[in-house]
Amino acid sequence: MAKTIKKKQEHVTLQLLKSPTGIQGFDEISRGGVPTGRTALVCGGAGSGKTLFAMEFLVKGATEFNENGVFVAFEETPEELIQNTSSLGFHLDRLVAKKKLALSHIRIERSEIAITGEFDLEGLFVRLGYFIASVDAKRVVLDTLEALFASLPNEAILRAELRRLFRWLKERGVTAVVTAERGKEGTLTRHGLEEYVSDCVILLDHRVSEQVSTRRIRIAKYRGSLHGTNEYPFLIEKTGISILPITSVELKYKVSRERIPTGIGRLDAMLGGKGIYAGSSVLVSGTAGTGKTSIAASFADATCRLGRKCLYLAFEESESQIIRNMHSIGLNLEPWIKKGLLRFHAVRPSLFGLEMHLVRIHDLVNDFTPDTVIVDPISGLSTIGDDREVNSMLNRLIDFFKSQGITTMLTNLAQQNTIETTESAISSLIDTWILFRTVEVNGERNRILFILKSRGMEHSNQVREFLITDKGIQLIDVYIGEGQVFTGSLRKVQEAKDRADTLIRSQEIERKRRYFERRRRTIEAQMSSLHEELESLEDEFRIVATQEETREKILEMDRTRLSETRKANLEQEPVHKGNGKRQGGRPQ
Amino acid sequence: MKKTGKTEGNTGVAVKTRSGKAKAPAGKAAGPEQMYNLKLYVAGQTPKSLTAIQNLKKICEEHLKGQYHIEVIDILKDPRLAEGDQILAIPTLVRKLPQPIKKILGDLSDEERVLIGLDIQPRS
Repeated sequence: MAKTIKKKQEHVTLQLLKSPTGIQGFDEISRGGVPTGRTALVCGGAGSGKTLFAMEFLVKGATEFNENGVFVAFEETPEELIQNTSSLGFHLDRLVAKKKLALSHIRIERSEIAITGEFDLEGLFVRLGYFIASVDAKRVVLDTLEALFASLPNEAILRAELRRLFRWLKERGVTAVVTAERGKEGTLTRHGLEEYVSDCVILLDHRVSEQVSTRRIRIAKYRGSLHGTNEYPFLIEKTGISILPITSVELKYKVSRERIPTGIGRLDAMLGGKGIYAGSSVLVSGTAGTGKTSIAASFADATCRLGRKCLYLAFEESESQIIRNMHSIGLNLEPWIKKGLLRFHAVRPSLFGLEMHLVRIHDLVNDFTPDTVIVDPISGLSTIGDDREVNSMLNRLIDFFKSQGITTMLTNLAQQNTIETTESAISSLIDTWILFRTVEVNGERNRILFILKSRGMEHSNQVREFLITDKGIQLIDVYIGEGQVFTGSLRKVQEAKDRADTLIRSQEIERKRRYFERRRRTIEAQMSSLHEELESLEDEFRIVATQEETREKILEMDRTRLSETRKANLEQEPVHKGNGKRQGGRPQ
Repeated sequence: MKKTGKTEGNTGVAVKTRSGKAKAPAGKAAGPEQMYNLKLYVAGQTPKSLTAIQNLKKICEEHLKGQYHIEVIDILKDPRLAEGDQILAIPTLVRKLPQPIKKILGDLSDEERVLIGLDIQPRS
């Protein structure tokens, strides 16, 4: 045989090495990429993205991992490949010019060919070997190898040669990706290529369900390696293939202690007085017309007031409609848009599949790098997928926001009776859950709000009435009494009654106070007149007493003077008697 | 490899005689009949290649004497030569002339099929 390749024993490495594909998400679900030095089979139906997958593997290899590649196309010419992938930002021509990539087209016209006797595919090997050598390739793609089956009628030889080809690739140590058409039920590929490529088999699928197309990828087999076994939806976006794993395995978000306002003072007060945690997720759920969008817009406004960026994903209303409507509650969002702090992304949910939404949002977030994101409402998405799909999408979405440290506010339109169950699926990812309800009494409908949960912070257990006024949103204490909660005009009536009662009570007190005051003043007046009387009595007595004393003195003096004239000095004693007599004397 | 019939020196292919069995004398191709321009692609001196060369010469001598030109191309010497004719299988015989191009894969062991493949009327 013409083989110049030494038949070495296959290299047995202790640990399976993997070559990253650079395809967003794939390296995550395959835990590292495709097996290094081996061949991976990518199979799928027409238009499932096989060629793109293979091409991205090569382009990323050349541009990101410094591994040059060879692309052997059996269906498209190099020119077509360059054109078809230029919209994805793959500049194949430049890579070819830089000798990082070799493109080769192998075309076989069945009609020109006749077969006589023995042959082999050494021509293919030699050409492949030449290309590998020309760019020192580490990666090889054969797309679609099965074209050979259509061109070369001798299947026995072909199969033997394919077996030899895969062995040959392995001996070359190149990491290869081979594409193949999906076979009928039960087989992975039309011609059973999976028989030869047993290390890694990747299935691509493109389904249309209810007019919405979804692409899915699954790793059917990965020998010697753990891998995600689920079907993962993926998208062909303007940057190539994008796969988002449904659930991230680890919960390792960086958390923040920072608190940010919700835009409604009373609500912040209910949330421990400081608002929500930055990077947390808030679910606002309620029935129709409860003011979910208003609360979302207030939050957007509050974010922008802090000079931070907010991305508003609107699934029900257009940007201009939201802006106009929010004017009516005194919120002017336009300046924020002009300043580049607020960006709206308004799309109908049915415009594309769930996965497309997910990736769009992903792209937007990567592009705009918002601090907060509002999804209004998430219930709009349920029209384009069943519950399980929507839940998985939301889980991934919230997960993604959290991993980016983005504060998220989701609104949800809930049915009146199932209000607390519909969101149960995403409840585990929700940190703060604000619930709206309407109360219908006496021919009017009023909104009430309460906080169902709020992780990691004190929060009010009180129901508040939620008023949408032209000056914004206001939360008011509801009237609780007589075993029921009063809102709206009932509350007002009750409040008026209360005010009247209070007035009456206060008037009564005032009356009593005045009465007491009067009494007090009367008594004081009486007291003072008595006091005066007492004083005048005392004065009178003092006067009388003084007069009496004076009279005694005068009397004494008279008596002394008389004795002196009589020369009777011995009569001193009667003076003393006179004193004693005076002491006992009484006035008048 | 060796050429029989008219030689063409401008192919750039190193052609050396490998076969010692060239029994047919170099014939003249001039004549009213169609000239056959044949290229045989081989990869080194594998048994299959050698067999193909022998078979081809034999057939040509028998049925196209003086009317053919064979060029043997060894793609191991220059793999780029395999591009033009989109060679995958080895050996491959390409009939460049007369038009249209025809390709015959294999060691050409089935003379009848080779003649059919080359549109040659057997002379016998």
